[in-house]
Amino acid sequence: MAKVTVDGIEVEVPNGSSVLQACEAAGKEIPRFCYHERLSVAGNCRMCLVEVEKAPKPVASCAFPVNDGMKVFTDTPVVRNARRGVMEFLLINHPLDCPICDQGGECDLQDQAYAYGADASRYGEAKRAVKDKDIGPLIKTVMTRCIQCTRCVRFAAEVAGTPELGGTNRGENMEIGTYVEKALTSELSGNLIDICPVGALTSRPYAYVSRPWELKKTESIDVLDAVGANIRVDARGPEVLRIIPRINDAVNEEWMADRGRFSFDGLKRRRLDRPWVRKDGKLVAATWPEAFAAIATRFASLPGERIGAVAGALADAESTLALKDLMAAYGSANLDCRDDGSAIDASRPEFYRFNTTIAGIDEADALLIIGSDPRKEAPVLNARIRKRWTQGKFPVGYVGPRGLDLTYPAQHLGETLAALEGSAFLETLKAAQKPMLILGRGALQRPDGAAVLAAAWKIAAETGMLTAEWNGFNLLHLFGGQVGGLELGFLPGSGGKDLNAMLAGGVDALWLLNADGFDPARIPASTFVVYQGHHGDAMAARADVILPGAAYTEKDATWVNTEGRAQRGLLAIFPPGEAKEDWRIIRAFSEGVGKTLPYTDAAAIRMRLAQASPVFARVGEVVRAGIADTTGPAGDAGAVNTMPFVLPIPVYHQADVVSRASDVMAQCAAIYGPAPALAAE
Amino acid sequence: MALSDKDRIFQNLYGFQPWNLSAARKRGCWDGTAAILAKGRDAIIEEMKNSGLRGRGGAGFPTGMKWSFMPKQSDGRPSYLVVNADESEPGTCKDRDIIRHDPQTLIEGCLIAGFAMGAVAGYIYIRGEYYNESVVLEAAIQEAYDAGLLGKNACGSGYDFDLYVHRGAGAYICGEETALIESLEGKKGMPRLKPPFPAAVGLYGCPTTVNNVETIAVVPTIMRRGASWFSSFGRPKNSGTKIFCIQGHVNNPCNVEAEMSIPMRELIERYAGGVRGGWDNLLCVIPGGSSTPLLPKHICDDVLMDFDALREHRSGLGTAGVIVMDKSTDVIKAIARLAAFYKHESCGQCTPCREGMGWQMRLMNRMVEGNAEIEEIDLLENVTRRIEGHTICALADGGVWPVQGLIRHFRPLMEERIMAYKARHQRLAAE
Repeated sequence: MAKVTVDGIEVEVPNGSSVLQACEAAGKEIPRFCYHERLSVAGNCRMCLVEVEKAPKPVASCAFPVNDGMKVFTDTPVVRNARRGVMEFLLINHPLDCPICDQGGECDLQDQAYAYGADASRYGEAKRAVKDKDIGPLIKTVMTRCIQCTRCVRFAAEVAGTPELGGTNRGENMEIGTYVEKALTSELSGNLIDICPVGALTSRPYAYVSRPWELKKTESIDVLDAVGANIRVDARGPEVLRIIPRINDAVNEEWMADRGRFSFDGLKRRRLDRPWVRKDGKLVAATWPEAFAAIATRFASLPGERIGAVAGALADAESTLALKDLMAAYGSANLDCRDDGSAIDASRPEFYRFNTTIAGIDEADALLIIGSDPRKEAPVLNARIRKRWTQGKFPVGYVGPRGLDLTYPAQHLGETLAALEGSAFLETLKAAQKPMLILGRGALQRPDGAAVLAAAWKIAAETGMLTAEWNGFNLLHLFGGQVGGLELGFLPGSGGKDLNAMLAGGVDALWLLNADGFDPARIPASTFVVYQGHHGDAMAARADVILPGAAYTEKDATWVNTEGRAQRGLLAIFPPGEAKEDWRIIRAFSEGVGKTLPYTDAAAIRMRLAQASPVFARVGEVVRAGIADTTGPAGDAGAVNTMPFVLPIPVYHQADVVSRASDVMAQCAAIYGPAPALAAE
Repeated sequence: MALSDKDRIFQNLYGFQPWNLSAARKRGCWDGTAAILAKGRDAIIEEMKNSGLRGRGGAGFPTGMKWSFMPKQSDGRPSYLVVNADESEPGTCKDRDIIRHDPQTLIEGCLIAGFAMGAVAGYIYIRGEYYNESVVLEAAIQEAYDAGLLGKNACGSGYDFDLYVHRGAGAYICGEETALIESLEGKKGMPRLKPPFPAAVGLYGCPTTVNNVETIAVVPTIMRRGASWFSSFGRPKNSGTKIFCIQGHVNNPCNVEAEMSIPMRELIERYAGGVRGGWDNLLCVIPGGSSTPLLPKHICDDVLMDFDALREHRSGLGTAGVIVMDKSTDVIKAIARLAAFYKHESCGQCTPCREGMGWQMRLMNRMVEGNAEIEEIDLLENVTRRIEGHTICALADGGVWPVQGLIRHFRPLMEERIMAYKARHQRLAAE
């Protein structure tokens, strides 16, 4: 620890801290533009200059290391003059277009100009203008506003791992861009908007839409991947206008993925905003009582074992539990939350959770990835892996399609698990102190999924990943609603049928809760289908009764991420039309059929959640533990076939019902998606 | 008293003799190099400290002390010597003559300096425009390798040392030591934050010392003739001999090796044939390359050419590129040209330099015409003060000093020009 005196206030900070950190510890605000906690130090904006005793010149506090006994002054004439000077220099070539700038109201330059700027400009010469760059459909550029802080350059190179931005030319003529104009290829590109301190990089879909002070800000959880990034949903009236990340160091730090950030315009399209009932082969608009009556009539004619329920990728924990309770009331054990058919063994949580936890990646020292492309499946988690890799001594190997660009070097070990036999990489894992394995959920969707799971567990056990202190086995799920069902045991009960059995004619009536993960054509024509969800995607078209539910921004709901971390999202806007919160739909139905579920409000159902599984009793937390019993899952590890792994998300930008309805995501898919096949010559 | 020929370190500064190794050996190069190395690292550094040699690249930092910052024991990383031959300072062309006419002094200096700081290799970063010089230098290095003076067991000393030449791509900022290191690593030439200093984290993250060509090239002679010989020239703390580049309105522009602390007037009159039209026709002199503030004639009359004397007059010795301007010069225009140069060469990293240099240039361009207000001279001065000392490297300081010097010494001229402009335009408006 070093003792530092800041303006007479004595503070102790760890050795190696910067002067800026010491000043913050002393409660002194230091203005800055280029400095960002999670990026390397550039020290080029010169806004954070302070005086240090015995230093001949003011020093950049963000880059200057502290010494024991150092005396720092943050409010002297020299410092004030330096700040005013920097502020003035930044403003002379910055357009004064705040009234039409989308950053207005949340602009670092604007805020600091109030605090440190002069009232009038002394600059009478011509201002600089810079040509705007086209860097894709998500980010709008107004490069004249750029103050060359290079945060975006450092973010792209360091965090996203796509070093596509840089400064061209020098001096006054320096421009930030991609040199050869192109769309940025990062799945984290939206974060550039957040880290840009001015209005140079703004959200293209949000351009000229709103002002920050007009927005109602609601804390929520991103469910479009299984990381469970903490987000803030900004809405005005009935519309979500933008989504930005919140800070949670254990989960998403302060980043979020592009699909979660930009697909919200899909919340306004193809929505199921009223109940529908199929009459004479056609879906016709109905009222809630009509829809409930249609279901009740059909269900009443069936024994419990001929009724089934499937919960899907975007189902929240409350409604999953309510549906489970409803099915129990009907005497049905035909439940499955694995709507994509993944052979997940839920007999023990260790088999389906991301056991190292996301923060635990920082501690790991070797990584094997099987059948997963974390860059596409969980971009924020991939950034965490990359962050670990940048610390050094972190060998990464993967089994999967050749030629994946994970943004960090990874050794391709083969396309099938057989390639691992005798691989030298296994020795690398064995030699590591805390090796980890990431198994993609996509790898379990194959017919031999159970065998893949067992084989992966076996590898983990054999390479020393499963110890009393460290559990390095991780399953990477794809969506925010997938783990909740597993935690709640939304799985075939004793004598119950699983998804495949239900689709093979095992049931006569099927209740699909946000279940869009399988091909609707697999449902037998005679099966009566209730679809409860929010988007009129392919599955809704197959339904006999449609119950319009709420999307994740439209309900107070609990979500469990891939680690098994329960997190609460709050209602930002109301569901459209007659759509309702999902668990209330099920509760209302239960009352109508005389099987009333024993909860009437959110507090009661959350109490029930906490009873059902301990993860819901400690919302926001996850306990990392080692593993004592290394017995593997039920599958036969030897039965893995020779089929190469196929990745579950072919087009990153269109992976779920919300993003498939989004126009912005469609534009992205057209630009970033697989190139259309060329016609034969 | 003029420096006698026998005390000149650069015996072939003018290229009257061939630059090749055999000719260089006749001039004394590579004489007993192995014996010098045999004295050991500490003895060489001690000798350099005693000689009082200060860096010839402009900042004037004591060379021996700089070398002593290099780690004595390697922590596993190699150490490097980098020679700054990116001689881009307007008004300076001394390194060029050393490289093209006397390259073996530099090469031998690299070996001795590299040995003294425990370097495994040396890199000479030569400015891209010096194409012919780089050809000569590469050939000279090859000759030295062929003669066993470099490479494995250099000079039979048992010490291995490799020397490489790297050509720059034409940016003034790459003469700043950390920008030079960045450029050498293949990145955009932008200065690094200090600390850490290059002696701790330099080229490829390894301990590095960056020295000017002239600094390194004088080392062998100092080691042969002794620190006391070198320090016998010039005033204390400003000792030795130095190459001055005298140009501008003089009768005989030249590079000349003279002793430090020589009076400026004597330097100009003895070696450069005096100011065009006589000493009384002198307007001002920029004493140390374009970054140093100019000095008007009344100071030039008796100022000494060394670090401390020029500093007393708020200028500097810099690279000793003496730019002489007689009374035919439009000094405002001359300084405006320098402002344009620094605007063009700012790397664009730090805000004050990136934005301020353009502002300064535009104000200066108006000052040339007089199309300004008197108060704008104060604005200009204030702008330069807000740039100075607020940046990562010293380019910004060097870029504003000429303007500050102009305002300090020629403010009446600037005001006169503004008044004349106003009068002219009022008359035109009246007509």
